[in-house]
Amino acid sequence: MMDPKFIIAKRVAKELKNGQLVNLGIGIPTLVVDYIPKDIKVLFQSENGIIGMSPLPEEGLEHPDLTNAGANYVGAIPGAACFDSALSFGIIRGGHLDLTVLGGLQVDEEGHLANWMVPGKMIPGMGGAMDLVTGAKRVIVAMTHTTKGEPKIVKRCTLPLTSIRRVDLIVTEMAVIEPSKEGLILKEISPEVTLEDVLKSTEASLIISKDLKVMEV
Amino acid sequence: MRLLNVEEAIKMIPDGAIVMIGGFLGVGSPNTLIDEIIKQKRSNLTIIANDTAFPDKGVGKIIVNKLAKKVIVSHIGTNPETQKQMIERFLEVELVPQGTLVEKIRAGGLGLGGILTPTGVGTIIAEGKQIMNIEGKDYMLELPLKADFAIIKAKRSDCNGNLVYSLTARNFNPIMATAASTVIAEVEEILPVGTISPDEVHTPGIFIDYIVKSR
Repeated sequence: MMDPKFIIAKRVAKELKNGQLVNLGIGIPTLVVDYIPKDIKVLFQSENGIIGMSPLPEEGLEHPDLTNAGANYVGAIPGAACFDSALSFGIIRGGHLDLTVLGGLQVDEEGHLANWMVPGKMIPGMGGAMDLVTGAKRVIVAMTHTTKGEPKIVKRCTLPLTSIRRVDLIVTEMAVIEPSKEGLILKEISPEVTLEDVLKSTEASLIISKDLKVMEV
Repeated sequence: MRLLNVEEAIKMIPDGAIVMIGGFLGVGSPNTLIDEIIKQKRSNLTIIANDTAFPDKGVGKIIVNKLAKKVIVSHIGTNPETQKQMIERFLEVELVPQGTLVEKIRAGGLGLGGILTPTGVGTIIAEGKQIMNIEGKDYMLELPLKADFAIIKAKRSDCNGNLVYSLTARNFNPIMATAASTVIAEVEEILPVGTISPDEVHTPGIFIDYIVKSR
């Protein structure tokens, strides 16, 4: 079986649409870049102030002043634009960003995401995550289905929320789930697992879509 | 605008000062000035910055040398020393969402009494904050931030202090340049007045008090 993170990245990549402005978070979301369908073109935005970011074209071309939000060296496509942090977050908060893909610690039945701290254990801080979840037109959470066997899709988040905005899609290595007003709708399951496996690994109640599909990866 | 050497520049900053420092995970940080803060052991500082970078990079070095008593930042995850000092109660950490942090600084510099943001509404960071409903949507009041000093980094300056930044090294620098009583800009190149076209100036020289050349 493929490493879960590549399965997730590959499935998320199918959600990207031609012409979108997209922000990818660090971790699994960053891997999405490698699976973008060849027939579409998207622009990547990064919190530290760039539209038109690309992977580093080749080793040796690192520029000390050109990095992504994880401080890794990147490239810029012809026609890229750089700007300050106020404009960068204006783009995010102002509804000009079509899609953000973020990692997650927990998502609950209301579609609320928690991904910025584990009180008493790990406090990295929210960075740009709260603004991204609040402001992006579409939010996809890309995360493993469980962590150390514990479900990450829960009835109610026990960790501090990133935003009270309902996220639009959850993609894991086992399933694709769409949060809605009615609850979490199970839309796709991986060919590697059964429906029972998914239900057993999920604490939240799932509404099984009438149109349940096999996840294409 | 006056040109200073790095020793003189840092001598102006007293222990206990509130200092804004530009940069994003160390990219676009005024490293010559940061190294001199460490050399002169300026202590008890309150640092306002995007993040605490890495232990060996940018703002991170000030944390590792235990020169800060408080940081107001959006992210500390790349510098384990910050969390360690926070748990030991040596360092106070105030976490602010990145977009809110930059707007608080902008408000401080540009004469606004605060900003209204939807970011954080309904989360733990909204506790104790004023919520206002505007046209059917909830916003949170966030107050302006100012500092005694801002130390920032630009690619080049002219002799009037007009600044040009480079690529993603711009980040918080131009915003911080507006929000401190004294602004010290570290630059790689100092050019004659007139060689930077007015259209290319990112920060007008009126915001800059002192220029220091990068080492």
